[in-house]
Amino acid sequence: MAILVYVEHDNHELKSESLKLIHAASQIGGDIHALVVGADCQNVAKQAAEVQGVTKVLCADNAQYSYQLAENVAELVVELGKSYSHILAPATTTGKNFLPRVAALLDVAQISDVIKVISADTFLRPIYAGNALATVQTSDAIKVLTVRTAAFDAAALGNTAPIEACAEVKNADKSTYVSAELTKSERPELTAASVIISGGRGMQNGENFKLLEGIADKLGAAMGASRAAVDAGFVPNDMQVGQTGKIVAPQLYIAVGISGAIQHLAGMKDSKVIVAINKDEEAPIFQVADYGLVGDLFTVLPELEALL
Amino acid sequence: MKILVPIKRAIDYNVKVRVKADNTAVDLANTKMSLNPFCEIAVEEAVRLKEKGIATDILVVSIGDKSCQEQIRTALALGADRGLQIDTSEALDSLQIAKLLQKVVEQESPDLVILGKQSIDSDNNQTGQMLAALTGMPQGTFASKVDLADGKVQVTREIDGGLQTLSLSLPAVVTTDLRLNEPRYASLPNIMKAKRKPLEVKAASDYGVSLVSNVKVLKVEAPAQRKGGIKVANVAELVDKLKNEAKVI
Ligand SMILES: Cc1cc2nc3c(=O)[nH]c(=O)nc-3n(C[C@H](O)[C@H](O)[C@H](O)COP(=O)(O)OP(=O)(O)OC[C@H]3O[C@@H](n4cnc5c(N)ncnc54)[C@H](O)[C@@H]3O)c2cc1C
Ligand SMILES: Nc1ncnc2c1ncn2[C@@H]1O[C@H](COP(=O)(O)O)[C@@H](O)[C@H]1O
Repeated sequence: MAILVYVEHDNHELKSESLKLIHAASQIGGDIHALVVGADCQNVAKQAAEVQGVTKVLCADNAQYSYQLAENVAELVVELGKSYSHILAPATTTGKNFLPRVAALLDVAQISDVIKVISADTFLRPIYAGNALATVQTSDAIKVLTVRTAAFDAAALGNTAPIEACAEVKNADKSTYVSAELTKSERPELTAASVIISGGRGMQNGENFKLLEGIADKLGAAMGASRAAVDAGFVPNDMQVGQTGKIVAPQLYIAVGISGAIQHLAGMKDSKVIVAINKDEEAPIFQVADYGLVGDLFTVLPELEALL
Repeated sequence: MKILVPIKRAIDYNVKVRVKADNTAVDLANTKMSLNPFCEIAVEEAVRLKEKGIATDILVVSIGDKSCQEQIRTALALGADRGLQIDTSEALDSLQIAKLLQKVVEQESPDLVILGKQSIDSDNNQTGQMLAALTGMPQGTFASKVDLADGKVQVTREIDGGLQTLSLSLPAVVTTDLRLNEPRYASLPNIMKAKRKPLEVKAASDYGVSLVSNVKVLKVEAPAQRKGGIKVANVAELVDKLKNEAKVI
C-alpha cells in the first residue's frame, strides 16, 4: 500500500500546508510518495524530499504545468495514481479544483475536507458548515481525499527521500491561462499564521483596515475578513475566512466588527483562543469567544495597538 | 446557445442544523429548504446571459425526490426556460450525480453548464469538476466573472492567492463563487408564469447509471461545543489575559 500525496507549492517553495498534508498521510500508514507538479519546481522537490515520512518524491517538471491547470494535472494524477491505495491533496483551491476530476476518471468517490484519519478507509469530515461531523467509510479501491490541513500538525523535516523525475506530459488543450492578480503581502499567509486578525462589515471601508494592520504588524499576524467585508470591496477575496473561504485554526483569532454568522464560524471556530471585539453585546460571535470586548472598534483598536 | 444549470434543494442557509439523537444523520424534519445559494447564483448568471442575447435556452435540472420540483419552479420563476426533475429518493454522492448529469449533457448538448461550486449541506465541492471530467469538458471553477466571446468562455476564478483568469473552449463547465452576481428575487407575475413552464420528470433508474455509492456514513455527530468565555472590561484587561492567562501573545 502506497499513498500518493499531491503537494502544494508556487514552483519555488513548498507551502507549509504540504507538511500538514504529509502528516495526515502518515496517519494512514504505508509508503508516501510526494508528487510535485509544476514548472522549474526542482527546489520544491528538494524541500519535499526533506519531509519526514516521504519515501519518494515524484517530480513532474514541465512548462505545461506552470499554472497546474486542472485538466492536465488530473490526467497526470490519474495515470500515476492507478497503482496507489490513496491519493491525497490539500483542500485548497488547487486541490479542490483538480482532485474531483481524478476521482471521476478513476470511477471512485472523493471524500472532501478530511479532518481526522480514523483508519485507512474511515475518515471524519465536517458537513453543514461544520455543524455536524460525519464519519465515512469507503470501500473504493483507490481512496481519493482532500485534507483540511488546519486540522493536522506539520510533519517534521530532516529526511532525504530520493527524487524521481516523471516524464509524463499531459496537455488537454481545452483550457489556457490568461492572467492572474495575486495578492502580495509581507504578512504570513492566512492558513499558515499562528495569529490572525480579521475585520468585518463593522470596519465600514477598506481604508479602516489600516487600524488592523498596525496590530497585525505588532503581533506578526495574518489578516482576514468576513464575506461581508469582501463583498463590499473593502479587501480582496483571498482574505475571506469561512465555510466558503479559508478554514483557519490559529493560536489566536481576533474578530473585529464581525457578527459571527455560522458561515464565518465554520472557518475559524477551531482556533485555540478567540477574541471578539464588537459593539453589540448580543452578537453571536461572543458565544464562541474566549475573550469578548464590547466596544466601538474605532476606540478599541488604537488603544490595543498602543498597548501591545 | 443552450445552458444547462444543475440545481440542488438544500437546507436554507439561515437554519442551524441539529444532529439526530441516534447519530445517524442531521434532522431535516420541518426545516426550511431552499435553493442552494450557489445554485441560485448559477441560475442568475444563466438568466443574465439570456438577457444579453447570448443564451437562448436555459434548462435547469435537479436530482432528488418530488420535493425538489419546488426549487425547479423557483429557478423557472427566476427566468429559466425548462425544468427536468430526475426522480430518486436515494441519497446520492457527487459521483452518481455527475454521472446522471453526464447523460443529460449527452442528450441535450449544452454549450455551457453552470453549477454551484458547493452544496451547503454536504459541502462536497465536487460535482462540477466530476461532470467536466466525465464529459471531457474544460472547467472554470469558483468563478467570480464569466465572459463569453468568439466561441470561448473567459472565467475569472477566486483562488487562495487572489484571482486567476482562464480561457476555455466550449462546451465548458463553470462553477459559481459568491461574488459572481447577486441573484434577483422572483416577481409575483414570474412566479405565476413559471407554473406554466415545462417541467419534465424522469426516473433516475432509466438513465442506465449505477446509483450505488461505495461510501457509507457510519455516524453523524455534533461537533464539540466551545465553552463560553468571559467578557473583559477594557483593552488593558484583554491584553493582560492574552499575555498571562492564554499566553498567546
Ligand atoms: C452560501 C453562503 C456562504 C457564506 N460563506 C461565508 C464565508 O465563507 N465567510 C463569511 O464570513 N461569511 C459567509 N457568508 C455570509 C454570512 O452569512 C454573513 O452574512 C457574514 O459573515 C456577515 O459578515 P459580518 O459579520 O462582517 O457582517 P454583519 O453581520 O453585518 O456584522 C457586522 C458586525 O459589526 C459590528 N459593528 C458595527 N460597527 C461596529 C463598531 N464601530 N465597533 C464594533 N463593532 C461594530 C456589528 O455589531 C455587527 O455585529 C456566507 C453566506 C452564504 C449564504
Ligand atoms: N442533486 C443534485 N441535483 C442537481 N444538481 C446538483 C445536485 N447535487 C449537486 N448538484 C450541483 O453540483 C453543485 C456542487 O455540489 P457538490 O459537489 O455536492 O458540493 C451544486 O451547486 C449543484 O449545482
